[in-house]
Amino acid sequence: MKPPPFDYVLADSVESAVTALAQAGSDAKIIAGGQSLVPMLNFRLLKPTLLVDINAISGLSFIDEDDDAIRIGALTRHRMLETSPVIARQLSVITEAMGHVAHLAIRNRGTIGGSLSHADPAAELPMLALLLDAELTIASPRGRRSVAARDFFLGALTVDLHEDELVTEIKFPKLPPSTGWGFAEVARRGGDFALAAVAVALTLEAGAISAVRIGMMGIGETPQRAHEAEALLLGRRLDVASLAEVGDVVRTSVTPNTDVHASSDYRRHLVAVLAERTLREAWERAAA
Amino acid sequence: MSTQRRIKVTVNGTAYERDVEPRLLLADFLRHTLGLTGTHVGCEHGVCGACTVIVNGDSMRSCLLLAVQLDGASVETVESLGTMGALNPLQEAFRQHHALQCGFCTPGMLMTATDLLRKYPLASDDEIREGLSGNLCRCTGYQHIVEAVRSVVPRKPERGA
Repeated sequence: MKPPPFDYVLADSVESAVTALAQAGSDAKIIAGGQSLVPMLNFRLLKPTLLVDINAISGLSFIDEDDDAIRIGALTRHRMLETSPVIARQLSVITEAMGHVAHLAIRNRGTIGGSLSHADPAAELPMLALLLDAELTIASPRGRRSVAARDFFLGALTVDLHEDELVTEIKFPKLPPSTGWGFAEVARRGGDFALAAVAVALTLEAGAISAVRIGMMGIGETPQRAHEAEALLLGRRLDVASLAEVGDVVRTSVTPNTDVHASSDYRRHLVAVLAERTLREAWERAAA
Repeated sequence: MSTQRRIKVTVNGTAYERDVEPRLLLADFLRHTLGLTGTHVGCEHGVCGACTVIVNGDSMRSCLLLAVQLDGASVETVESLGTMGALNPLQEAFRQHHALQCGFCTPGMLMTATDLLRKYPLASDDEIREGLSGNLCRCTGYQHIVEAVRSVVPRKPERGA
């Protein structure tokens, strides 16, 4: 189908974008890459009165490296993340995951800010933001605020964003030394929405796990951390016994939905297998 | 609301100036406003890849872009590649390798492959398959399309098996 009629504003600054949003009230939408928004318009699942286009705002597309963090502009395209040498060096798990985000033509246009704000339950970037303890900067007519990724994702397609707010920047803390990562995803076909995916960051100290984060998606309305499994790994080595425990804990702690693509049991099985697999990868990389 | 906007856009090297409704998709702008019907519209939600064109050097879904967003942009469509009498090398390879049957997906395949050939070494068939994975073809089974693209990848002597 075709989109319903709407008015259109090409914003030239963050301030003018959030002002336009505030003036339009609840029926305005931001368009960044539009790779999720435009399908929803074409299906007429959304009927906004106004689209505020942020693509012409300068200074929203960047990947900057600080001493302790990587800062990414909200308008940074997926392909820029996928091919960035800074990301490949500091946050390789993102580089790996970006290859699973839809297809080339979508990655050429889609943005990180858009993916996080849209918060599809089967999208990779929200899980990575949660895994890597990202912090989002959000602008509104009242100024700027920060929110941690763990507080940002509230439900399927639901985030902590008011109608007049815009994500401007995402800050990813650098990983500590001796940290390995893993990423694995199962989808019906490459580039399709994932049935389940797991990403891991694991830090070694004196041959044992001193810190570990396990991010999961495809098992609920939002990405989740496997806190119970993380806790039982602390201070231990990754071996057959600890891996089996992790698998059991993950399997019993998640309650995925059944849909046309996969049953709840199959998703529960997948996420446990992927957790074991990514932990092994992360352990090997941390030890290397 | 939804008053028309004047946009200036270059398509296949020709500059156009047109008034568009904000909701007009780039795919429909190309086909209906400019009469460039080489770009095909399949699913209209970014899944099938038939409408893929190149915008400012990057392949994109023309069903997921609004024409109004293209003000100042440069667009390449399948009409930029060759003509009926003089196919470009990629089109000729599609013909030689039987890389199309009904032809519906072909414009999207050609424009995606054009983007791939410009940017990637495409050293393995896996890379070609990964690059084309966002374009659905319901006739050929893809093997002939991969072979056609493979045949126009510049060969490098150091390339391995």
